[in-house]
Amino acid sequence: METRQRQDRYPDSKRGRLGILGAGHIGPVVARLALGAGYPVDIAASGDPEDIALITELIVPGARPRWASDAAADADIVILAIPLHRFLDVDPGLLSGKLVVDAMNYWPASDGRLPLFEDSLSEDGAFEDGAGTSSEIVARRLAGSTVVKALNHIGYHELEDQARPAGAQDRKAAGVAGDDPGAVEVIARLVDQIGYDPARVGGLAAGRILQPGGPVFGVTLNLPEFERVVQEHTRSLT
Amino acid sequence: MTDTSVYTFGLDTFGDRNAAASGTPLSHAQTIRNVVEEGVFAEQAGVDFFGIGEHHTDYFPMPAGDVALAAIAARTSRIRLGSAVTVLSSDDPVRVFQRYSTLNAISSGRAEVILGRGSSIESFPLFGYDLADYEKLFDEKATLFAELLKGGPVTWEGKTRPALLNQDVVPHTESGPIPTWIGVGGNPESVIRAARLGFGLALAIIGGNPARFAPYSELFRRALEKFGRGPLPVLMHAPGHVAATDEQAKAEFWPRYRDIFTLVAAERGFANPTVDRFDWESGPDGALFVGSPETVARKIATNLRALGATRFDLKYGMPGMTHDSLLTGIELYGREVIPRVRELLATQTVAV
Repeated sequence: METRQRQDRYPDSKRGRLGILGAGHIGPVVARLALGAGYPVDIAASGDPEDIALITELIVPGARPRWASDAAADADIVILAIPLHRFLDVDPGLLSGKLVVDAMNYWPASDGRLPLFEDSLSEDGAFEDGAGTSSEIVARRLAGSTVVKALNHIGYHELEDQARPAGAQDRKAAGVAGDDPGAVEVIARLVDQIGYDPARVGGLAAGRILQPGGPVFGVTLNLPEFERVVQEHTRSLT
Repeated sequence: MTDTSVYTFGLDTFGDRNAAASGTPLSHAQTIRNVVEEGVFAEQAGVDFFGIGEHHTDYFPMPAGDVALAAIAARTSRIRLGSAVTVLSSDDPVRVFQRYSTLNAISSGRAEVILGRGSSIESFPLFGYDLADYEKLFDEKATLFAELLKGGPVTWEGKTRPALLNQDVVPHTESGPIPTWIGVGGNPESVIRAARLGFGLALAIIGGNPARFAPYSELFRRALEKFGRGPLPVLMHAPGHVAATDEQAKAEFWPRYRDIFTLVAAERGFANPTVDRFDWESGPDGALFVGSPETVARKIATNLRALGATRFDLKYGMPGMTHDSLLTGIELYGREVIPRVRELLATQTVAV
């Protein structure tokens, strides 16, 4: 029943408005792909939209530069495309009641360590079975939002190059993880529409497979390969 | 015919640790001596710029590239010499200015600086910086560096180093500001920063189709206008290796590329490189410039045009390659690739 209600709350047949928080590496790439798929897109950096007006005009033509609070308020889907340490500055109230895609990573080897996220990794920086995933920690902080992990494990260099229409022979898969099945379906559809076969890997806890150190992080595979790698990995842990 | 004198061509190294023909790694010290020889030889081969990127690892043992550049400066007269890149966030802008203005003095005005983060993060824990502060450190230090470049006494206050009050920073340069660039890896906000500070734009392209960066060049031009600045150049930096044939270049490069990326993948938690992806990156649409002089020259000409860039810097070699194969690559790049790129750019319509 709850799933049904939530599905009604999310855009179903139509493409809802995306509010992309982050105009750095990954934000503009996702924005371009989404615009190409027919989604209306707002994009925001940490400050005045005037600061990213030129970036928007030339790098993501068709998107609207907004204040983060406005982009979030008007969005059907909010995409967190900021460095994880900046996430700690985001007011959870802005995202309350929203469907939020966590496209961020806790990646100490690249971005440094963050105490709040330390327990999502083992001592040597690899992910550890039984520890919380970074998206579970994000979801706990965003208690009023519905969080889905997606668009985090394919590098921004490749995300655009490798996007293909549905049915293309060389189409790749992109992982989606979340605890709310209705929300996962909405994001799976978004992933499909921007050029990837959605691979539903389970809840946010299972999303560890998409994290740095996981078997599909930084690699693009087609759906059967993706599923095989995930299965092999899961077997190796038991 | 198009005037191609505007174009310049460089080589970059990270001090990639050399190996003997047997595969045994050479010492850090021998690798550094070899880099000096490669820089001197680059001038003889007709290369315009030689850059050394700061790294702090066993396979890139090159934390003080400016010292090696000074040794090259003493044995050359024409080639320009610079960092590629200086990890400014974990350094002191005053010291960076002093080291490169000293290099500028030794080389009679041939020094350049490329500021950035690079792919190297080792300097942060080494010097006691938190990577999470990267943006703040870089922005503040790059702003101070722009002040230092102007020459004359500097007054500056910030959070990342002690304030300067009407401070004369020596040595003064003889011929105006040292040409300075900001290395950008795909973040458009960094493009805006380069324009705001009046630095050249160095597009560091290590994967994917380089042509996708074309809007960044346009963004840079428009941002320069917005900040009331005159035109500044765009350079493209990408990795590769030149050998007599495509097959030989790939055979020399791929195993070493695979080894180093496998190592880095394990350190950073991403998947190992695949030969399929390598082949794609080495092909016409990818970001690796690995092949015969003709293959590499065509790809450089195509991408300079696509990006509206006037300089191409090839980051040559990989850890584990031999000094001899690197020298051969440098010779082919200088004597065959560069003239061929000029020829291609001169005879074909420039579409920017």
